[in-house]
Amino acid sequence: MMEIMEGSHAVAEIVKRCRPQVISAYPITPQTHIVEALAQMVADCELDAEYITVESEFSALSACLGASAAGSRVYSATTSQGLALMFEVCFNVAGMRQPIVMTIANRSLGAPLSIWNDQQDSISLRDSGWLQFYAEDNQEIADLHMIAYRVCEDHDVLLPAFVCFDGFILSHTYEPVDLPSQEEVDAYLPAFTPYHRLDAEAPLSMGMYATPEYYMEFRYEVDRAMHRAKETFIRAGREFGEQFGRDYSAFVEGYRLDDADVALVAMGSICGTAKDAIDEMRDAGKKVGLLKIRTFRPFPGPEIAEALKSVSTVAVLDKNISFGSGGAVGTEVKAALYGSGAAVYDYIIALGGRDVRKRDIAAVVDLAEKGKGDLFYGLRTEVL
Amino acid sequence: MALGVGCSAPPGRALENKTGAWRVFKPVFDPETCNRCGTCAQVCPEGCVHETEEGTFEPDLDYCKGCGICEEVCPKESIRMEKEEK
Repeated sequence: MMEIMEGSHAVAEIVKRCRPQVISAYPITPQTHIVEALAQMVADCELDAEYITVESEFSALSACLGASAAGSRVYSATTSQGLALMFEVCFNVAGMRQPIVMTIANRSLGAPLSIWNDQQDSISLRDSGWLQFYAEDNQEIADLHMIAYRVCEDHDVLLPAFVCFDGFILSHTYEPVDLPSQEEVDAYLPAFTPYHRLDAEAPLSMGMYATPEYYMEFRYEVDRAMHRAKETFIRAGREFGEQFGRDYSAFVEGYRLDDADVALVAMGSICGTAKDAIDEMRDAGKKVGLLKIRTFRPFPGPEIAEALKSVSTVAVLDKNISFGSGGAVGTEVKAALYGSGAAVYDYIIALGGRDVRKRDIAAVVDLAEKGKGDLFYGLRTEVL
Repeated sequence: MALGVGCSAPPGRALENKTGAWRVFKPVFDPETCNRCGTCAQVCPEGCVHETEEGTFEPDLDYCKGCGICEEVCPKESIRMEKEEK
């Protein structure tokens, strides 16, 4: 049923229908409305789940890890400093192959303290072994949660996932969302079947110590699972499309890219602004398109290279910065396009909630056409 | 040993972690001078010094990390640490 709802409430409603058995989270702006709504659902007996209140995000994800190891479908949500506090547990969850799904309402990291949006938080955990999906709008963030559980819990994958949407820009914005019924979600997402679980009748230790003779092989297995997740995601996305009419089998989506000379590459809500800007530039005769990246992990390098094979100039919009290197997405897109001959430029943009308007997108395209890139876009040089 | 998914293992699997590989110096026990007091077995942090049928003691080199505490406590100085070439 189509409803006009806040992004955070769309997430809470869809998570409820995914039937998590254990939820543990610590409230933090701009994720708060999600966990507030879920706590209310549990208190009102609308959702049959154990909601574990904790004193920190470290404890929240630790509680989730234990609950997942005990065989439960588990959910959490966080952002920014909260995700930073989970850093150690994140690596353990992935290494212990627990398919936890966690929403990230993307927010900048301090210092300076900021509650506003960029994607530094989840990007900074790109090497942790969690799948990372980025939503452009509130329909996509709802849908990606169902897909995330399907992909993560597949025994070929058994890895956790961040399902990311831009804090405030989506989390606090009302949009029409087509919410499936409980029966429809049940038909798409069967009950969780753990690969193995903690059981006093059949003792098992998880997260064991490994000597140098074994450690590398365990890490190799995580990497292999991450690569296998690509096939699982394609299948889960295609079946989602067959059932709900919205196909998610692609890691990347092109917009007016077929005859484009310049391609923008971006993740998340900025893609919506970029599409409007592209329509205007197209009307003015510029051959510009967009490649939206939906899955940052696993990274769809070959798919990006294929989608951009006939483009001469690429402008990557990065809402993050790897100090001393560049934007994380730009770095990886450059690697994916190595040897292709395309000029690839990276633009650090929209950090800490700096607004991006259509004219900013057009200005980035102008810079790329002039061969000016690998820079912070829109710096207020008068305050430096 | 095949890897368990998620670094998992049934009870007892830790025995397959042969920590003896960490060792630089190995303890050499001299049963001729040993007075069979057993202090070495009591203090071994790895629990890998065992009594022999003759009542003297010997280390299990699969797990001995070469810490040298047994040598330090032996009242008869019948244990000496020897550089191990690998």
